[in-house]
Parts: sequence; structure tokens; C-alpha cells
Amino acid sequence: MSGSTIKFTLDGREVEATDGETIWQVAKREGTTIPHLCWKDAPGYRADGNCRACMVEIEGERVLAASCVRAPSEGMVVNSQNERSSNARKMVIELLMADQPEREDAHDDQSSFLKWADAMDVDVSRFPRDTSPKPDISHPAMAVNLDACIHCNLCVRACREVQVNDVIGMAFRGPHEKVVFDFDDPMGASTCVACGECVQACPTGALMPATIVDEEGRGSRKADRQVDSICPYCGVGCQITYNIRKDEKTGQDHIAFVEGKGGPANENRLCVKGRFGFDYITSPERLTKPLIRKEGLPKGLNMDPADPLTHFREASWEEALDVAANGLKNIRDTKGPKALAGFGSAKCSNEEAYLFQKLVRVGFGSNNVDHCTRLCHASSVAALMETIGSGAVTAPFTAVRDSDVIVVIGANPTENHPVAATYFKQAAKRGAELIILDPRGTAMKRYASHMLQFKNGADVSLLNAMMNVIVEEGLYDEQYIQAHAEGFDKLKDHLADYSPEAMEAICGIAADEIRTVARKYAQANAAIIFWGMGVSQHTHGTDNARCLISLALMCGQTGRAGTGLHPLRGQNNVQGASDAGLIPMVFPDYSAVVDEKNLTKFEKLWDAKLDPEPGLTVVEIVHAIHDGAINGMYILGENPAMSDPDVNHARAALAKLDHLVVQDIFLTETAMFADVILPASAWPEKNGTVSNTNRQVQMGRKALEAPGEAREDWVITCDLANRLGLGWTYDSPADVFAEMKLAMPSLDNITWDRLITEDVVAYPCPAPDHPGEDIVFSDRFPTASGLGKMVPAKVLPPDETPDADYPFILSTGRQLEHWHTGAMTRRSFVLDAVNPEPVVQMNVADITKLGVKAGDRVRVTTRRGEVEIMVRQDDQVPVGAIFIPFAFVEAAANLLTNAALDPYGKIPEFKFCAAKVEPAGSEHKVAAE
Amino acid sequence: MNKHTGSDGFKPIRPGRGGKGKGRAFPKGRQLDPVADQEVTTLLDAHQPLQRDMLIEYLHLVQDKWGYLSAGHLAALANAMRLPMAEVYEVATFYHHFDVVKEGEVAPAEITIRVCDSLSCEMAGAQDIIKALGANAPDNVRVVHGPCMGLCDVAPAAAVGHNYVGNVSVEKLTIMARDKAVSPDMPAYQSFEDYKAEGGYKQLQALRGGSQTPEQVIDTLLEAGLKGLGGAGFPSGQKWKFVRAGSGPRYLCINGDEGEPGTFKDRHYLHTRPHQFLEGMLIAAWGVDASAAYIYMRDEYPAVVQLLKDEIGKLEAGGIVPAGYVHVRRGAGAYICGEESAMIESIEGKRGLPRHRPPYVAQVGLFGRPTLVHNIETVYWMPQILEEGPDWFASQGKDGHKGPRSYSVSGRLKNPGVVLAPAGATVNELIGMCGGMADGHTFKGYLPGGASGGILPASKGDVPLDFGGELAELGCFVGSHAIVVMSDKDSMRDAAVNLLKFFEDESCGQCTPCRVGCEKAVKLMQSGPWDEALLGELTTAMADASICGLGQAAPNPIRTVMTHFKEDVS
Repeated sequence: MSGSTIKFTLDGREVEATDGETIWQVAKREGTTIPHLCWKDAPGYRADGNCRACMVEIEGERVLAASCVRAPSEGMVVNSQNERSSNARKMVIELLMADQPEREDAHDDQSSFLKWADAMDVDVSRFPRDTSPKPDISHPAMAVNLDACIHCNLCVRACREVQVNDVIGMAFRGPHEKVVFDFDDPMGASTCVACGECVQACPTGALMPATIVDEEGRGSRKADRQVDSICPYCGVGCQITYNIRKDEKTGQDHIAFVEGKGGPANENRLCVKGRFGFDYITSPERLTKPLIRKEGLPKGLNMDPADPLTHFREASWEEALDVAANGLKNIRDTKGPKALAGFGSAKCSNEEAYLFQKLVRVGFGSNNVDHCTRLCHASSVAALMETIGSGAVTAPFTAVRDSDVIVVIGANPTENHPVAATYFKQAAKRGAELIILDPRGTAMKRYASHMLQFKNGADVSLLNAMMNVIVEEGLYDEQYIQAHAEGFDKLKDHLADYSPEAMEAICGIAADEIRTVARKYAQANAAIIFWGMGVSQHTHGTDNARCLISLALMCGQTGRAGTGLHPLRGQNNVQGASDAGLIPMVFPDYSAVVDEKNLTKFEKLWDAKLDPEPGLTVVEIVHAIHDGAINGMYILGENPAMSDPDVNHARAALAKLDHLVVQDIFLTETAMFADVILPASAWPEKNGTVSNTNRQVQMGRKALEAPGEAREDWVITCDLANRLGLGWTYDSPADVFAEMKLAMPSLDNITWDRLITEDVVAYPCPAPDHPGEDIVFSDRFPTASGLGKMVPAKVLPPDETPDADYPFILSTGRQLEHWHTGAMTRRSFVLDAVNPEPVVQMNVADITKLGVKAGDRVRVTTRRGEVEIMVRQDDQVPVGAIFIPFAFVEAAANLLTNAALDPYGKIPEFKFCAAKVEPAGSEHKVAAE
Repeated sequence: MNKHTGSDGFKPIRPGRGGKGKGRAFPKGRQLDPVADQEVTTLLDAHQPLQRDMLIEYLHLVQDKWGYLSAGHLAALANAMRLPMAEVYEVATFYHHFDVVKEGEVAPAEITIRVCDSLSCEMAGAQDIIKALGANAPDNVRVVHGPCMGLCDVAPAAAVGHNYVGNVSVEKLTIMARDKAVSPDMPAYQSFEDYKAEGGYKQLQALRGGSQTPEQVIDTLLEAGLKGLGGAGFPSGQKWKFVRAGSGPRYLCINGDEGEPGTFKDRHYLHTRPHQFLEGMLIAAWGVDASAAYIYMRDEYPAVVQLLKDEIGKLEAGGIVPAGYVHVRRGAGAYICGEESAMIESIEGKRGLPRHRPPYVAQVGLFGRPTLVHNIETVYWMPQILEEGPDWFASQGKDGHKGPRSYSVSGRLKNPGVVLAPAGATVNELIGMCGGMADGHTFKGYLPGGASGGILPASKGDVPLDFGGELAELGCFVGSHAIVVMSDKDSMRDAAVNLLKFFEDESCGQCTPCRVGCEKAVKLMQSGPWDEALLGELTTAMADASICGLGQAAPNPIRTVMTHFKEDVS
């Protein structure tokens, strides 16, 4: 921003405009909102000047000008309120009104078009009507009624420029011009990913959330009240607004529709889950009463998740809490503190995570507390803690605005972090080089300057080869290394053996291509690295992350605008839950439990004797149950019966527990193994803070009451704690947050009250009026030496490699519509309708070889289990590999996965195991064992 | 195998109320058809690496090879170019010479007969031909109407495939279609050698040798009074100055999209003396130090596209221009692409949507760079002005008007054609030069500047026809100097409806006043006596609030007919 200003006359008054401001913006600032339809006054929307509803007169010019696109110049005289310009604007509205549906049939009676028409007294049009297009109700989430379309092209910009999903076009010409999806296909048959940005942008109701339009197409965006909060799905942390209506019949409040809000991570954008995936909270399958297991029934996946009463009986809260707490207490008192363990949740608030780990540490008396971070980024965090002394990202993903080179490795953001992906795609469109390293082709491939589809599991060889090039060609940043890094000489020696030529055969990428990409990264002014679970979920996940960190350090690509290291965090609050201490080796803020200083601090803060030994991790806890060392568990909002590797083994462990307390909103697969089930609150039913992948702490607000007798999670945890004799007196999440601030220096200058008023503050935050740091570690790393450490990594094979019996490589992961184990998303109408059935994704070559076709059913077998599943032809999956999402209980991917762990992060190898694929129903071939 | 499900054979039940939906056998949306993919890959093989701005050229390759654009081929093209399907589709459907055929739709007939129904041809009986042809067309022929084909002097005109011909009749077209005479005859134009023999390219070589600076040439052009003859009338020398003020790289774009109904002068010069045009073009390119020159040629002039490619090849072989410096780009049936910024969008391979100004294309033009845009005829005169001097050109005007003008004169005349006359000539003079009115016709009125310039009555037959002046005071303009003469046999209401239908067809659709305004105007004009008050309000808003000249000028026929021919519309 140059900051230069000019003076001009607007409606008789001299006004100032800064560089880049349009006449419309100046007028608004000066108190006049000029009518506008195609101009959306929101970040990311380019003015297009096509509707001509904002025309103004500029003296000396032959025709009127669109104020939304026109920048004023020095001395210009502009009239926005004279007859000529207001006549033109009114005529535009009248022309458009001619083809609109009748008022009483409006698709959105609150549309900005109708509001402007009212404001300009245009009630009816004198012009004859043109023929109307037919409605398109092919998509479960959105109603398309182009009879109300005014061709303003906001939906096109929404789809192509803001979200860069590239589905909507403006086709044909003149009066035949038409908004189209792909090749004028029905929306539901198109490549639409249902982000709903178009719906949010549409000023007429031509595009509406299907839930607020009736069968005749009549609809309304009215809301009885609005509550601002945060999306409960992924780690992006989109700010949202719930639009709540009271049901006329039942008097119950419900979320009618959700819109994106202007948070720093999403700037009003959302994805299909965050916009259309909230009806899970009104599922008839919600748990509304405490449940106690009936005597004598076997534990297992042996019931209908809609009907717990076959195996459970309803109980009062008093009874259920007593049974839950007494069971835990008995085990603690008879078998010792280490016979208990707890899995907290990265889906709950920071306050709830904090209370959960405190309950385990103080109430159970051990550090056997973990959560799903173990399954997603434990190895990344291990490597980051080891090398740069902090497990969080060094830069938010929005830093790509300033990047020349963006490396995305082992991540599929369009599916898993869709709103973050919009920023990457925008940056690529702006001209940044997007380099994708991934065995699987991803949707971002179209925008990539380089797409390196290396061999599954060959990360270290590829990254070492890149670093070899940088060292051999002297492309490293000597000055940066001198000032900020250690271990370079050792790494240099180590890398000598990893020339691109030597690694070519291992990673499957031509040496030249490795060199090109290495040079691009090293020589960029600002380069940034993003990674996902393709990097972390390997037995060498920590090594993978170490390589990425070394790469950034040797090139000095961190600590500046547009640079950094960013593991894209999975769950909405996996960052916050980890920060709050839901990790067996550390107290809150990653304070190692083995460090006496920390032990003393927390013993004092919590007024309790604490266990000085690290606890067990997720998979270790499962093993310990099988070994008889752990007999009781408290599981809050986690679903290990679906999410653990080799899940038969994990399910058997759950069945073996003497006492299992599950706190959840549904009868999850894990809850089916419970002795006591405590019905909890869904995210929109409680207050609390969450921390996203960008280290932004944000305020989640309660919008609705929990159904039936369901209670907020923090209240239930407190009730249990008090039955374990802890005497907790927290009155509210705010109370808990206040205590967390005593435990966690990272929350300095961040207060509950600030979050109430500001919605978001990033950490670290240097001052009470500072929004928090975006880019960290410019001067020094929070390590003992202040330097970042480079740790060499050797090429290691995956734990289980394909062979003649199991020739395929199986990777597991997520899909856009389904979250984690599907507990929420499979109960959402839209998400289920768009993606109802499990599939194995395979390359056409392998499908053909197998003698089946897309849509057929196959049997996928590994040494641990088998599933029958439909084949989806997806040529982005490399030949010889298959991909199965893990959200579907009917064909649970984790029956197949390998529980082998990374030695540092203790994360299982979800991204690699050997599998066999056969047509369904064929004879089992006996494996040659 | 270890089978610890703990459920003893119980089949897990999925959560949620769903279960009716079927999973996807493929990712979302239309999948690539391997056969179409292979066909497109082969077709584009010689064009690698693919360029985004060449999209329309690639669409032509597909359309020319298969006769239409199948969804399969379009999807394959999108994939090959790494473009969104929607982006390819919106371009393909914007241009009228592309036929998109989706799965399950019927491909167009083998042969398309396009009958021109712009005003001169309509007056010559186009509608009767369309009706008669349509009624008897064999299965392999489809008959559609088309806008002006630049053959107004030989109206009625039509195209059989790419073969554009004048003086057509139902019989002639039927025979042509039967014989599949779908390729154009090449005109007998002056050859490269003949042009060189008469001193051609001497001026260009001299300038390149340093005989004059661009500034000196600018002064010469200003002195000559050379103005943009595509219709805007902007002083050419001034344009060079503006473009030169911007930093390089700069581009030259030649606007050969001669689509203004009634205009055929550029075709005339290209069909007769193409090298004089090419030399003029290269002089202009020299003048602004252009990194490349683009000739945007309308698809209705396929013979011109061919001859330009041939002759540019000779220039390249002769060392006059580096290979690949001059790009010939083919339009695809869109009048709006005669608007310079829409033309630039089209050269970039997009829909032809006019841009907002400022910035002007001289500042931000092709590929975002400063761009000089000239009409064919404008550069055509440049070698001669340099050869003969500015006075030679300027002195050819009359009564203070500067230069000669190439009037395209058509309509109810004995001998219509391109008339080279002094700037400021009147329609009465031009009628005289064309041998007078056709037999049995009495002069009633005329279009002074194609479809956009308004309609004047015979009583205004002595108004000088030039940019600005008295003509502008009458609310009209001369534009591309396309004069269509109408007689007592013609209804001015019908003429105005014809013109507005043309604008409705050709509006790009971008802005409300033009897209909706033209459509509503046609409806109003066709139903009973005109609602002059409402039409008046509408035309004011269209003129005031449309983005480009199309929408701003589209009301001119309505307004002038209401002024001068009230009796025809009430």
C-alpha cells in the first residue's frame, strides 16, 4: 500500500481517497452506500462492474461510471445522487426485476436484490418477461433457481477466484448467457465440491442452501438470531455464524443455515462440512440420557448405533456418574494409578482438554493420557520439538500470500483442509510456484508447477536428494546457517551419499526433476513448506519431518514473510489439545514430565502429587490392556474402535477392559464397548476456546441447548473429578481458562475477555493489544542454544513391504465429506448424501488387471484383516497402490492397517502396508505362510 | 487369520439415517473419455507446448476436424490445457461458430448454411431464402441465420461451410450444399513480388534502417490526419504516443474483426492489396517497438485468414519479418470482438467481454501490456502516407475534412460497393457515385454508420459524413463508414427491429443495460405501437450505463427512428 492520497469532489464535498480505493468505497466511508449487486464488499472479491447498479456521473465524461470499479483521480467531480445516475441505477433494477419470480415466490425474501429494489421503490417492472430457466435440485445441499439469476457473476468469482474450485462458468452469450456447472451439467452431477461459497455470495436467492428453500422454491435467509463461533471440523479453524430459527411447531431452536465469517484463517470461506454439516447435532441417534451396560452381554460391535437400549439401560446422572467414577476408583485403588488411562479429545475445547489431562494426572495419578494427535502428527511434533523447540507451525498457512514457492508434501488439502487449499490455489494463480510432492495425484495438481509423484514411503530419499543438490551446488544460505542453525557440517557429510542419481531409483523421480525442484526451493525469495499425514504416518515419520526442517533451515526459508514450516493439523483443536497437555510425556505447554522443574511447578499449581514418568501413548495403551497392565479407561470423544491401526486388536482390547467410561454424543463404535456412557454436548452446544493449525486461539460460542439430559463435557469431567475426590469448583470454561493461563505461558496476553470481544488472538502474543504473532522464530528458536538443529535421516524401508501374496500398497486417510471415523459426518444428511458408501480408490490399470470394473465390489485383505468394498476408479492413485478412507464401519480401513510405530513419535504407519485385492466373493487364496 | 471383531459375526451397522445412497464409482463430475483424450492429444501434438491464449484456435481445430465440439473432446481439451471444464465451456459457447454437443445430443448436420440477415441482406430477401431453404433442406444440411458477412455489396449473402458468397439464391445454395462446396475461393490479390516490384516494403526497410524516428513518423501521421478507421476515429499518431509512453514489452493488435453491419472495406483491401496492409502493420509494429504482432481476423473471412498465412510465410522466408513474429488469430463468430478490448480478450483465448476503462488498452492491453490496436484500413494507408507525404493524404478530404475515406455503400442502389471518396462526402454524393438508386426505389433514409450509427431520413442527405460534426449533433456517427441506403419500400420500424435483434444476438451479456436492455427493447419494438416514453427511458439508461460502445450505441436506431420516422412506429 503506497498510502498516497488524492482529493476529489463527491456529491459536492471534497473527499480524500487512498491508493486503490474506488469511488464506491470512498462513498461508503463517507456515509453513502451506493446500490450494488455484483460488487461484494468482502475480502477476495474483485469488483467486476457488470450489474451497473452503482453508476455515478463523473463530470466531463460522456457516459456514467460504475463506482465499484472506478478509482477516483485528483480533482474529479463525482455525482452519485443526481437524477441521471439514479435514473440509470433504477432502470437497471427495473430491467432485472422484469424476469424475477413474483415476490411471494422469492427464493430468498431477504435477498439483497429485493432490499435494493425496495430501497429504490422498484416494485414491479414495466418490461415484458423473458422465458424462465427450470430449477435444478440435483444437489442435496443447494437449490439452483436461475430464474432469479441476474448474471452478476458473483458465483463465478466465488467459485473460480475465491475458492478456486473452478466449477462454475458463465456460458453462452447475450440474453442466453447462463451460469453453468462444468458443461452446463446439473449441479449434483458436476465436479462441485459443495463449498457453498456461491450460495453465500448470491444476491438474489438463485443459489440457496437447500434446507431453507421449500418444495415450491420459496425461501428465506431470515434468522431469529445469530451466534458466531468456530467450525468444529478440521484444523483450519474457520469462523462461522450460526443462523438460528425457532421451529414454529416444536418451539425448538435449530441451526437453519451456516455462513462463513471473517476470521483470519477463512475470510468468510467454508467447505462442505463447515457449511452443510451441522445437522448431525439433531440426529435422532443423539445420546440424551446416561446409559449403563446391561449385565451379561458380550462387548463388541454388536448393536445398532441407533438403538443402545438392546445393550444398555437408561440411568440417572447420579447413578451413572457414581458407577463411572467408582469403577475407575476401584481400579486405581486396587491395581494402582497406572492401571487406568484416558483418551481425551481434539474435538473439544482447550478448557475441556486441560481438565481431562488434569483429571488423569491428578485423579488417576499417572500420565497415561493421550489423544488422536498420536495418530496424526505425533512424529511431526517430535521432530519439531527436537529441532526447533516448538511443536507448532512457524507461520500461518495464509503466509502463502507472500511466498514465491510453496511446497506441499504428503498432504491433500482440497480434501482435508479445503479452506487452506483455497489460499494455496490462489497463490498459484497469482504466480507462485506450487510444488507438490505426493505419491497420489491431488486435486491441486492442476495448479502445480511441479508435481512429483514419488514412490510411497520414499520421502527421505527424495528430500535427502534435494538437500544433496542444495549442498553440492552451494545453494544453501550460509549466513542464515551461521546465525540460526547447528549440525550442518554433520548433515552435509551425511548427504554426500544421497545424490539425485543415487536416489532416483528409490524415490522414482528423475534426477533432473529433483534438481529443478531443489533449486527452486533454495533460490526462492520466500518459500514455505506444508506437510500432512503422508509425511507423518510412517514408521519413519519423524525422519521425514526432520528432513523438511533441515531443508528449511539450510535455505533460511523460515522466520520471514512467506516462509516457514507448517504441518497442517488435522482436528479442529488438535493444536490446542496438545498445548493443553493431552500428551503422556508432557504437562501443558509441552513441559516434559521428566523435568523436575516442571513437576514441581505443576504439583504446586494443582496441589497434588504427580507421576514423574511419562505415560503410555495410544497404541501402547492398547497393548498394555492386552498385557493386563491397564484395566480401566475414560474415553472422551475419541473412537479408537475405528481409528486405531489393526483395529481388531484395539477392539479386542476395549472388550477386555474391566471398566470403560465413554463420554460422547453418539453411540460410537467405541461406546459400544463401554460400561457407562455419559451423553455429552456437541460443539454448538457449549462455550470454549479452540486453537487452530495457525496457532490462532478462537472463541467457540454456545448456540443451542444440548438435547435431553446431555451435558457439557467440561461439566461431566468435573463431576467425575469430584467423585474421585478432587474438589473442583470451576464455574465456567472462563474459570478453567484463567487457570490454564497460570499453567501455560503461551497464553500470555490472551484472556477470555479478549477472545469474547476479538474472537481470535494468535500465540505467542507479545502485548494485550497485539493480535498475536503470525511468523515466529525470526531471531532465535526456543531451544537451549537458540539454534535450530539439523538432524540427518537415513532411508529406511516401511515396516511391511508388498510381496507376492500382498502386492499392493495400502494407504488410508480421509475424504472431503467425512470427518475422522464418521461419527458426525455420516449422520449429516448432505455429507452422507454426497458420499454415502466406502470405496477403495484404485488406478484403472489395476482395476482392469483385476478383471473388475469401477463400481464392482472387491475384497481387500492384509495380514490383519479383510473388508469387502466398492471400487472407485481414481487414476490419481498410482499403479500398485490403493487408498481406503477410514470413516466407514462397514469396511473399516483400520481392520487392515499396520500398528507398527515410528520410534520417536509413536505414530502408526497408516500410510503404508501390504495388501491384496481380489474380486468380492472369489475363493480366498491361502497365503503361503 | 486373526479375526477379533468381538462381534461374533454381527455385521456392523452404519451410523446415520442414510444408507440409500450409492457410492461413486468415479470421482465427482464428468470423467475423461480415454478415446476422446487420445484423439485430442493426437490433434494437439503439433501444438505442444499448449498455450492458454490459443484456446480458441484449438477449439477451431476440433470443430474443423469433427464438425462440432463433443463434450468428450472438450473435457479432454480442458484436461490437456489444465483448465477448468467450465472455463473451456464458457469460451466454446460464447462464439457462434462453435457447436457444442453434449452426451446424448444430436450432432449438427454435416453442412451448415448460414444466411446473412443483417440489414442489406434482409432487404435483399434473406428471410425468404432462410424459409425456403429450411423447408427443403436435406438431412445433411442445416440452415441458420448469421450476422453481416461483409458481402453487403453483393447481397443477399450466405456461407456454405466456410464458403462465403454473395448474390445467393435458394437454387445456388442448394447446389453448393449438394456439391459440398464448403471451401472459399481465393481472391486474385496482388502478389508479394508485384507489391515489391512497385516499391513495396521500401518504407518499412527505410524506417528500420533509421531514416526516421518514431516521433517523426508520429508527426507525419498527425499531420496527415490519419484516424482510426475501424470506427472510433482516434488520431493514429496520438495512439502511438500513448503506447510508447508505457514500458515494454508492448504489443500490436490488428483489428480485422470487420463486423459492423454494412462494412466491407477491409475485406476489399485484403482481397486486393494485402501486402500494403502488411507493410503498414509492420510499420506500426516498428513504431511502438512491438514484441509481437497479432492479427485478429473474423471467421467470416476464411480466404483472408488463408492468404494472410500464406503471405506472412513469404515475408518470413524473405527475411522481412522473423518467423513467429506475426500471429494470425481467427475469430469465431462474435461481433463484440470488434470492440478492441473484447478483441484482446479473445486473442487471449477468452470470451470476448469488453473491459472497463480506464485503464486503456494502450496502457494495459494484451497480456496486461501496453498495446497498440489498429484497424486494417488505418495501417493500410501508412506506407502510402510515408511515400507520398502527409499532404497527399490530408488534402483528399473536402471542406476541412482530412483524407480519403473508404465508404462501404450498400442497400437500394444500382451499383453498391466500396467507394473511395473524400472525408466529409454526403450520402447524396455517394448515391450518385453508386449509379443512383436502384430502379423503382425512392431514397427514404440511410444508416450513416452501420448498425450503430443511427438512421437518418433522406432530408438529411447532405450532412457531411465524417467523425463528429453535424452528424454527431444529430445523435449519429459515421463509425466504420458503412452506409446503408433505404427506400420507400422499406419500413424503418422493421429496420430498427432488425438492428436491435442484431444487437441482442451480439451483446456479450456482461452488463445489464445491454444484455437485458436489447432483449426488452426488441420485445417492446415488436408489440404494437412503440411505447416511446418507456423506450426513451430505456435507451437513455442503455446509452448512459452500458460498459462498451455496443450497448451505448444500440439505442441509436430506436432514438433516431422515433425522431425522424415517427409515422413508421406509432
